[in-house]
Amino acid sequence: MQDDIILMRGITKSFYIGRSNELEILHGIGLTVKNGEFIAIVGPSGSGKSTLMNVIGALDRATSGSYILDGSVIEDARDNDLSAIRNKKIGFVFQNFNLIPRTNTLKNVELPMMYAGVPQRERTHRAKELLDMVEMKDRLTHRPNELSGGEKQRVAIARAMANNPSIILADEPTGALDSKTGRLVMDIFHKLNRQQRKTIVLITHNRELASETGRILTMHDGYLTPQNTEARA
Amino acid sequence: MNITESIRLAWEGIRANKMRSLLTMLGIIIGIGSVIAILTVGNSMTSTVTSSMSSFGASNIIIMLQERENSGVRAAMREGDRITNEMVEALKARYPTQIAGVSLSEPLGAGQAQDGRKYANVSVIGVNEDYLNVNNITMLLGRNIEEKDTEGSRQVAVVSNKFVNKMFNGDIPGALGREIKVRFFDEIRVYRVVGVYEYEQTMFNISFASENDLSTEMYIPVTTAKKANSDGDGYQNITVMATNDTDSKSFANTAAAFLNRFYENNQNYQLSAISMESVTEQVDSMMSTMSIALSVIAGISLLVGGIGVMNIMLVSVTERTREIGTRKAIGATNNNIRLQFVVESIIVCLIGGLIGVIFGGLLGYFGSSLLGAASGPTFSSIMLAVGFSMAIGVFFGYYPANKAAKLDPIEALRYE
Repeated sequence: MQDDIILMRGITKSFYIGRSNELEILHGIGLTVKNGEFIAIVGPSGSGKSTLMNVIGALDRATSGSYILDGSVIEDARDNDLSAIRNKKIGFVFQNFNLIPRTNTLKNVELPMMYAGVPQRERTHRAKELLDMVEMKDRLTHRPNELSGGEKQRVAIARAMANNPSIILADEPTGALDSKTGRLVMDIFHKLNRQQRKTIVLITHNRELASETGRILTMHDGYLTPQNTEARA
Repeated sequence: MNITESIRLAWEGIRANKMRSLLTMLGIIIGIGSVIAILTVGNSMTSTVTSSMSSFGASNIIIMLQERENSGVRAAMREGDRITNEMVEALKARYPTQIAGVSLSEPLGAGQAQDGRKYANVSVIGVNEDYLNVNNITMLLGRNIEEKDTEGSRQVAVVSNKFVNKMFNGDIPGALGREIKVRFFDEIRVYRVVGVYEYEQTMFNISFASENDLSTEMYIPVTTAKKANSDGDGYQNITVMATNDTDSKSFANTAAAFLNRFYENNQNYQLSAISMESVTEQVDSMMSTMSIALSVIAGISLLVGGIGVMNIMLVSVTERTREIGTRKAIGATNNNIRLQFVVESIIVCLIGGLIGVIFGGLLGYFGSSLLGAASGPTFSSIMLAVGFSMAIGVFFGYYPANKAAKLDPIEALRYE
């Protein structure tokens, strides 16, 4: 594992709306995230947060600039390579959970391992371990529609951890939860960061939650600026 | 990710929407079912017809009078144009080892045997001594029409067991030697029963009359019939039965060529011969062409079923856009997604195909038993149906699956 998990230099992202209508959303982003860091990216809606998250999560390619994720050069990667990178190096946690409907908890957590080609027995074993970690061991055969929001998010975190990724990318993970369950989810992130030294990138507009992290970066009009660097130490 | 995983994933997708999957399958079930049913009935019909025709005598050759093509105006047939007894005797004498018998016949017409309140419908045919043998008719008791009967134009008859049932209460030995009155359109004739044959239903004498009014053949000497008809000598057609070790197809030409020497000077008529074997072959190939043509028509319903599969798969892809986005985000490659949907479509078609085989097989069995020769679908038609339904699954599943595979994960995740 590299020391710098995320190494971004001069990342721009433009969208083309109609003919010759270029809309630049990200203006030369530079970002370095070290192994084991827990950072928050905050910013109002429309600031380019989501676009940056898509680039970090290898769901989208930057228009220009260089991005190295845990030693893999993203801008040169082909579609299938990007799939493999998302599969093994990134654990996604979404605001609306995005669990596969009609599929039970255990199978949902096994899914990334299935795409990684992990044998069935090993997969089930690891999935059970992860569900135990998020205290969802007694909900193995429940389907997403039989779970509460907090429970769903815990399953989603277990799924994000399935292939032991380099980073966890959480996009408004507490956005659809009440403050109590949101707290529970944040505690899990802290636990993962502290006990397993997991690198976590939290994207949120909630400054209170952001302040719990080691470093806050603010996204504003396509520029990323550091904040309260003194909080690190 | 291997193929078992894909099958499991696809199966989960199908089970999640049982009703819809079933309706989608219905198109395939009907398509495959009708193809199988038609093939089964067609095969059974072909074999029924073939066996009926060979029971008629596969080694028989029919020689008949035919107008010459160059005769211009249609010439009326005169007595002198007919095939005479002398010609028949000459043919028999020339090819003694090839000919097992020559059957001659002269229909007299429909009549009704009457005795007090008892009656039996008959169709009276004058025949020679070879007729019953050539036409595969089994004698139960008594004797056949013999040479002495034809020579003497005797008033004797061979009747069916059904006839005996009606007129003599089924007493076959008691029927022999009895005289029967047969009323024709204009007169009553009397015959003495000398033999009883076994009545057999074939596809050539299918009757919808009740058992009571069933008309069976009554055989009398051909000369007796000719006299009654006030018809002159000679025949418009004769049936030659070839011996077992004779190739009846080529002997048909030989016999026709031999007899045509008698017609060298005839301006208007000549003879032509066809063997039942070649007729059987023609009918056989005609029937199979017909059943293939019908299967192709049934295949159109398969095409419609396939379009139904494609339609539902497209709906399914749209409905599961978010799921596809999620799968892609957690590491599914385009190929993984494509395979999942193609396999789903194949499974739907394959299950539909298997149900269709069962359904069509039962329908075919039912249909063929109505024809009197119950049979199931052949192994090759089952394999063809299964292979075809898989091909439909791939063909109509690929486009929706490819659409799913090419979805942009970001947009798919944002899809509501």
